[in-house]
Amino acid sequence: MINKVVESAVQALADVPDGATILIGGFGSAGLPTHLTDALIVRGARELTIVNNNAGNGEHGLAALMKAGCVRKIVCSFPRQADSWVFDELWRAGKIELELVPQGNLAERIRAAGAGIAAFFTATGYGTELARGKETRRIGGRDYVLEYPIHGDYALVAAETGDRWGNLSYRMTARNFGPIMCMAARIAVAQVHEIVELGGIHPEHVVTPGIFVKRLVHVERVRYKPTAARGEEQ
Amino acid sequence: MIARHSRDQMARHVARDIPEGAYVNLGIGMPTLVANHIPPEREIVLQSENGLLGMGPAPAAGLEDYDLINAGKQPVTALPGASFFHHADSFAMMRGGHLDICVLGAFQVAVNGDLANWHTGAPEAIPAVGGAMDLASGAKEVYVMMEHLTKQGKSKIVERCTYPLTGLGCVTRVYTDLATIHIRPEGLFAGDLSKGLTLEELERISGVRIGALGP
Repeated sequence: MINKVVESAVQALADVPDGATILIGGFGSAGLPTHLTDALIVRGARELTIVNNNAGNGEHGLAALMKAGCVRKIVCSFPRQADSWVFDELWRAGKIELELVPQGNLAERIRAAGAGIAAFFTATGYGTELARGKETRRIGGRDYVLEYPIHGDYALVAAETGDRWGNLSYRMTARNFGPIMCMAARIAVAQVHEIVELGGIHPEHVVTPGIFVKRLVHVERVRYKPTAARGEEQ
Repeated sequence: MIARHSRDQMARHVARDIPEGAYVNLGIGMPTLVANHIPPEREIVLQSENGLLGMGPAPAAGLEDYDLINAGKQPVTALPGASFFHHADSFAMMRGGHLDICVLGAFQVAVNGDLANWHTGAPEAIPAVGGAMDLASGAKEVYVMMEHLTKQGKSKIVERCTYPLTGLGCVTRVYTDLATIHIRPEGLFAGDLSKGLTLEELERISGVRIGALGP
């Protein structure tokens, strides 16, 4: 019998090694798998490369992971926010590396990794600093930049409902990077608010088919409240 | 004495020019004001980059749900007919040329339509790009909404951008507190001049050639 459900978030991440590349879902706090990021702190893996849209908010979730000293490098599109002080201080102190990626390139590079695409040409970023040094090609009269996939050793995502085969459905804009990150990682781990029997998610409503998911864990829903910026305008 | 357009007036100018049926992405900051000025009888679909088409206004106090947010990470609502989708699909809407109009803020716009809006280039500044480059290269029309002058009084419409570029030759229209400027292959053309401002004065302030927009 296939059963991808594991007892706890800590157990789900017990084999994460130092230096792993970890794709973490979420856009700001929507879809951020905070139970899993907390479990990663418990696991204590170091020198991690983290891929997320942002670079942490307040002192929870991804920010807590950075504050705990687990992260060597972050790949993201929008690090600077009113409440990103943990990242800001690490970056200014030279303690964390940043690879800034246009958001659509971030998404498409992750999708490409999941779909077995070796590289792709995109118009985004052509002629800008973020494409400096990259291969370009003119195709059909338009200029494109060559971009490579982003593979993950692990993906940590937050979904709404899952079953023991790993099928997932999401909740509103918390879906964001979840589906593509599950595809792009060797081991995708989902935290879900509800685990249902097989068939409990209607096949028409499965967003991430179980083949892309290795482990899932049930977690309690945490009602998110935004953190106030520290002495800055929101 | 020049009576500058208020931010709401600028937003009204943008809203006036968005046609029925358009799929539109409004950037964070000033462009979000545009949503308040779209006439109720005109059906326009707002896209939010984080995976929502058919975005509605902010919810009533107490009904905020942080699983339903906009690009600025503020709580919003989903209108009847709305859809949710993952990030690669969301950016395919931009990159695949499906989005009709995006409205962005800017540091500088050049006469050739070059856009600079993601980074000042200052070594201390932490760069953040988000979806700006995807919108700049992918949306069918890129409109910019910005103050005409910097705090130091320098024109943000320039011959050549000095800040790092977001996109090349992408901007077709700029809505400022002084005028609305159309960028065309044959040059810049201004309408919506603020009260008391002449075209000659606008040209002098901007430091670039600007013609009058025909009726």
